[in-house]
Amino acid sequence: MKLNKILKNTFLVVIACLALTACATKKVSTQLQGDVYTGTDTVEYLASGVPDRVFFATNESVLTTASRETLRKQAAWLRKNSKVTIVLEGHADERGTREYNLALGERRANAAKDYLMTYGISSDRISVLSYGKERPVDSGSNPLAWSKNRRSVTVKAN
Amino acid sequence: MKIYRFFYLLILSILPINATALIEVDITRGNLNPLPIAVSPLSIDENSRENFEKILKKDNIGDEISSVVEKNLKTSGLFNPLNKDAFLQAPEIANLKPRFEDWNLIKAQALITGKVKYVDEKLRVEFRLWDVLAGKEMMALAFTTVPTNWRRVGHIITDKVYERLTGEKGYFDTRIIYVAEEGPKTKRVKKLAIMDQDGANNKFLTLGNELVLTPRFNPTSQMVTYLSYFRNLPRVYLLDIETGTQEVVGDFPGMTFAPRFSPDGKKIIMSFAKDGNSDIYTMDLENRIVEKITNHPSIDTSPSYSPDGKYICFNSDRSGYQQIYIMKNDGSNVKRISFGKGLYGTPVWSPRGDLIAFTKLHKGKFYIGVMRTDGSGERLLTENFYQEAPSWSPNGRVLIFYRETKTDDKGEGFSAKLWSIDLTGYNERLVNTPVDASDPSWSSLLSN
Repeated sequence: MKLNKILKNTFLVVIACLALTACATKKVSTQLQGDVYTGTDTVEYLASGVPDRVFFATNESVLTTASRETLRKQAAWLRKNSKVTIVLEGHADERGTREYNLALGERRANAAKDYLMTYGISSDRISVLSYGKERPVDSGSNPLAWSKNRRSVTVKAN
Repeated sequence: MKIYRFFYLLILSILPINATALIEVDITRGNLNPLPIAVSPLSIDENSRENFEKILKKDNIGDEISSVVEKNLKTSGLFNPLNKDAFLQAPEIANLKPRFEDWNLIKAQALITGKVKYVDEKLRVEFRLWDVLAGKEMMALAFTTVPTNWRRVGHIITDKVYERLTGEKGYFDTRIIYVAEEGPKTKRVKKLAIMDQDGANNKFLTLGNELVLTPRFNPTSQMVTYLSYFRNLPRVYLLDIETGTQEVVGDFPGMTFAPRFSPDGKKIIMSFAKDGNSDIYTMDLENRIVEKITNHPSIDTSPSYSPDGKYICFNSDRSGYQQIYIMKNDGSNVKRISFGKGLYGTPVWSPRGDLIAFTKLHKGKFYIGVMRTDGSGERLLTENFYQEAPSWSPNGRVLIFYRETKTDDKGEGFSAKLWSIDLTGYNERLVNTPVDASDPSWSSLLSN
């Protein structure tokens, strides 16, 4: 009986601990998938329902499913607003050498450009500009801040 | 900068000496026992003192020049300049004939003496280096220059002393070009800046209207190549720091970056990024011919020539991650040389030819290290939260690089500073700059 009670109490404590840790990690995990930012804190909108940016994993320039969805929305909006030209600004986080990051930012912005082009946006309307790690949106030195900074931002040029 | 042309270096006398019998400083190892050296203030007559005071607004230019020498020697980590309060002999007498017993008493092993004089509106300096234990003169030199060059006189004296005692060229009469930074991390304002190796004579070369990055000296002249975001078009530029004229390097339809000069100063090697791919190119500055050196769908960047110009080391992620490669200067024989754990970037070939300095990222830490040119003998000199971009002193004995601090939870507390460290891994030092700083590049010796 006594043992049973002790076990029961321990069990409750364990459950409480699990619940606590779950809460603690939940806040970050809703904003990160792998290490790709999925939150909306820094996102601005080109038009209602058209987010201006996509995010990348560390050292990667591969578009995630969410990024492709965002870019399809941008493409649809660009098709409707055929006079708009854009600059794709590619960025990297601070955890890399300056020169490599310049190249990486360029590669990320071009990944977005290629995708927009496959959805019918002419390359004449798109220019690419890499900032490397020079223009972070979040000045923090932590994984969440870095994830917000690994991005390609679509900016209206006219 | 026309002042250099007024520089005359006259060798008074170099006495034949038995080198083995005299003091030597070993710079190949970390020096835990710096050589005790006495820098006697350069003596000055009253008339000269008054004239220089008028021109330079310095009370005693002899003392000032000695201080430059003393600070240089101390910073090198190889010498321990002794406290002047303990000196028994007056400067003017010491320069004629030191009483070696007196200098021996305060444990000085070497002694520098000298004098400055005002001659025809010029600054005339002579100095002598003495071996205290052997009781002999090791070197005597004199030179004349315009008075405003007085700090360079101090640097040249240090170079001569360093060379005489270590057997290798010095690195004191040199300058550092770097990027001065100000403002919040998300909106950094960056300017090109230049200063003497010891931080004196700092000067901003651009106004901060556009982002500028990675300035590098031409090893043969006072030209600089760098990246500027002028009109939001990131391009490699060439800047003549004597005239202030600048021009875009080449006519590329996209971003050019990561520029460096060839060792003869005749070419610029850099990356050109197009359609998501960065390759390495050169442009000949005389005939403007552009050559593509690498052709690979990966990122190829941070190229740096070997001192003989025959090879190029560079950074590529063709293996999947950033690694260091070398190739012949025509792009053939590409060979990966970094195989340690972690990512490698910013390879820079030593002016001595035998080593490549690099930045390494491993398990969330950044390292500055060196390896032989075949990738063997990797040695990490310093570990930190963030640091990168080493640049060699012209004698290949010291590296200067920049370091950034981690911000706190609110994103506050960011700074970027220049640091230097000896190739031995000892003598790590903060290099003072008026504002935050990054991307340093070390010039060659100015007086060669």
